[in-house]
Amino acid sequence: MTTRWFGAPVQRFEDDRLLRGHGRFTDDFDEGALECCFVRSPYAHARIRSIDATAARAMPGVIAVYTAVDLPFGGVDLPLLIPHPNLTHGRTQRCLASERVRYAGEAVAFVVAETRYLAEDAAELVEVDYEPLPVVITPEASSRAEHLVHDDVPGNVAAEMLQEVGEVGKALREAPHRKRLKFRYERAAASPMEGRAVWARWSAGDRKLMVYDSTQSPTSIRGGLAVLFGLPESNVEVIAPDVGGGFGPKIMLFYPDELLVPYASMQLGRPVKWTEDRQEHFTAVNQERGQVHEVEVGFDAEGRVLALSDDFIHDGGAYTPYGIILPIISAAQVPGPYRIPNYRVRFRDMYTNATPTSPYRGAGRPHACFVMERTLDAIAADLHLDRIELRRRNLIQAGEFPYDVGVAWQDGNTVVYDSGDYPTLLDKAIANLGPKPAGDNVGMGIGIYVEGTGVGPYEGAHVQVLVSGKVVAATGIPSQGQAHATVWAQVVADELGVDVGDVEVTSGDTRRFPWGVGTFASRGAVTAGNAMHVAARMVADKAKHIAADHLEAAVEDLELAGGLVRVKGSPDRGIPLGAVAVLSNPVRYAFGGGTEAATQFAARPREGPPLRDGEQPGLEATGYYSPPGSTWASGCHAAYVRVDPKTFRLEILKYVVVHDCGRVINPLVLQGQIEGGVAQGIGGAFYERLAYDGDGQLRNASFMEFLMPYATEIPPIEIDHIETPSPLNPLGVKGAGEAGVIPVGAVLASAIEDATGIEITEMPLSPLRLFELYRLMER
Amino acid sequence: MKVNGVQRAAPDDTRLLLSDHLRQELGLTGTHVGCEHGVCGCCTVLLDGAPVRSCLMLAVQAEGHDVTTIEGLARDGSALHPVQQAFHECHALQCGFCTPGFVMSVVGLLAQHPHPTEQEVDEGIAGNLCRCTGYASIRRAVTRAAELNSSPHVGKSGPKGRDGA
Repeated sequence: MTTRWFGAPVQRFEDDRLLRGHGRFTDDFDEGALECCFVRSPYAHARIRSIDATAARAMPGVIAVYTAVDLPFGGVDLPLLIPHPNLTHGRTQRCLASERVRYAGEAVAFVVAETRYLAEDAAELVEVDYEPLPVVITPEASSRAEHLVHDDVPGNVAAEMLQEVGEVGKALREAPHRKRLKFRYERAAASPMEGRAVWARWSAGDRKLMVYDSTQSPTSIRGGLAVLFGLPESNVEVIAPDVGGGFGPKIMLFYPDELLVPYASMQLGRPVKWTEDRQEHFTAVNQERGQVHEVEVGFDAEGRVLALSDDFIHDGGAYTPYGIILPIISAAQVPGPYRIPNYRVRFRDMYTNATPTSPYRGAGRPHACFVMERTLDAIAADLHLDRIELRRRNLIQAGEFPYDVGVAWQDGNTVVYDSGDYPTLLDKAIANLGPKPAGDNVGMGIGIYVEGTGVGPYEGAHVQVLVSGKVVAATGIPSQGQAHATVWAQVVADELGVDVGDVEVTSGDTRRFPWGVGTFASRGAVTAGNAMHVAARMVADKAKHIAADHLEAAVEDLELAGGLVRVKGSPDRGIPLGAVAVLSNPVRYAFGGGTEAATQFAARPREGPPLRDGEQPGLEATGYYSPPGSTWASGCHAAYVRVDPKTFRLEILKYVVVHDCGRVINPLVLQGQIEGGVAQGIGGAFYERLAYDGDGQLRNASFMEFLMPYATEIPPIEIDHIETPSPLNPLGVKGAGEAGVIPVGAVLASAIEDATGIEITEMPLSPLRLFELYRLMER
Repeated sequence: MKVNGVQRAAPDDTRLLLSDHLRQELGLTGTHVGCEHGVCGCCTVLLDGAPVRSCLMLAVQAEGHDVTTIEGLARDGSALHPVQQAFHECHALQCGFCTPGFVMSVVGLLAQHPHPTEQEVDEGIAGNLCRCTGYASIRRAVTRAAELNSSPHVGKSGPKGRDGA
């Protein structure tokens, strides 16, 4: 590999059309589509006595109103994506509720009209008679089983899981010091700038369904729709066009609209479109992060952790469509970069009358990191030890890889860290942070994390050299801003020895690549990136074999460079890749270059038929990559903050990141991922709070009151890298998408505690909450 | 009203938002709708040269005014507007959904403050939400755009991409 493009800060190929306003987001597709509006439950828990859509159906401009009884799949439970033996009481919702609603925002009816305006008017005419029922909103209330979310789920417990490495009871009893701690992390919302949207067109003539979906997994949507509607998969195409941010909740499937919009199009014979509005996004789109941890830690006089026991409850929401992946990840990630010789973790996944949960950027990790880092700070305070020195004493060392943590991972294996150098991360972060700024009320915070990335099962890629010499490449996973069209082009261009600008990438379009899983879990670079590498290498091999005859040279003596297949050491003996593409397909191309060079009269005649046994036409290949295990990225964040002693306003004076995601494909893109992640972490730690009241109403379901940070709230982030290549994949890469967000809560808590003396055991914070905690401390 | 220099009839439906009018009636889908309550700034367009939220205006209110959308900044096939070019060079966009609104806000900001201070940059873009970038690259892009505006022939930095940029 020439590695000419891999590692270079190539500017993005996506930008031009997005900057000109020519992006194609799902709501931009029209073709005279009918538009839709949901009727959603205003209650967090209620029995539905009756639904009357008569007036709505009679309204001019209304085409159809669907309730559960109107749907052939109205009685079908939506899929439970990832079943697990410990998920003993998994429950999923139905497309439209007909008997019971279990969270405010659950879909009850679906209105299709000529315009969105009319659909919204008609939705108000649908009369639903609810009998409100008592609710449980917090995971604590749920665990006390004050009320049941599902009548047939005892104690509201969806799942329980206990794991132990070593002998925790004994180690705790024998530890010179012991400490009990409790931590509470609240729910949070991903809030991509584009909400969810679905557009569908059924072509009755050829029985083909075409769907645009603002999803992180078009291939899975396609598979599900084909089964539900009894169509061969080849009759269903699903495209994730430009997607305006994902951050996790768009990997959830199926949301009700993903069935209803295609179904309505099939029924009505017209294109149908539904675009979420911001308010319904707040209640209808999955959330995450709610957990309460009770920790007991044993340690010695030097601050070495001898044993850690963590018993936590996870706020699962009203249903478990995504299984128990989140608490499994949290349980696995609490130890982080630290050597914990004895570790026991138990969780219970609790039903609550709130929006269901599924991964949001970080997925179980920010809370796990918060628990571990806060615990270490508490030990340091007890022993009057420096927080940095305490961490140094507990870090796994660079020579200890692969490092087996011994607990279950989300892919079914156990957690084994593949590579890393945590002490160097810490040293660099401290060096980059520099001396503490002068002044009062200034605090320092630090947090170190690991992140399991690049989970399987696999992704694939198709790479083809056209007769023009240009290259097209495709993979199944879509982009939500991660620059797939640029970074995959870099990977492919290196293997084929072409200019990066000559590689055009399509991602997330089942017409171009129908297999794959999705963009989530920081897995794109590892899975699809390596699949691109594999497929491009297959194409390069094929090109060499075809050119060898033509150039009268041995395959081993050939190389791909400068757009040619050429003889090593004799750069004038070569043939353009486009001509090789012509040679690969024994027909005549009326247009395009290469034909002259590739004519059978120009080359030494080959024996046998033009396509020998086992040969396939076309200079193309399809390759797959399936990781043997997760790659473990890591990082250290450190910050100085100042907290105003009167207003509790937070000022972040300096924020440094040292990050390790193995080999870096494109530093520009990586920097953007980290900067964006940290900003999202700052929002989640100090500004954004989902304010549910006791009735299960989200009281701040708008950007007016759910305070996402603007530029004025986000400080400059100073980023540094180390590279410990992953030994598990050919490119040596690890994932980076979620990294930035993970330790921010822990870092800011540590810094705010240092600045104010207020003990921080919860997230999120705010000036008001700090004031309340200060008053409690004063008492 | 004039939209991107072309005279357009006002819609019959008086309750149609300007954002929906631009997107649905005129097919100018570069103006995005992120919240429909005037906070996110995705729908920002220029009304007589000044940034406004097109989701907080009825289309009929734009009658008699000049509306510029993202599509009106640089003609197809021609070079990007300096603000667009700066966003490209500085990797100031990821998913691209908030981007047209940001670009229009920055065009408005630089018209008022051709050489904005750091604080003016932050305040100038503090009416637009971005969930991807963390704003650092957008700040850099504003500064770069100011440079490009004052010397349009400044060389471009970084490796060349397919579009030659």
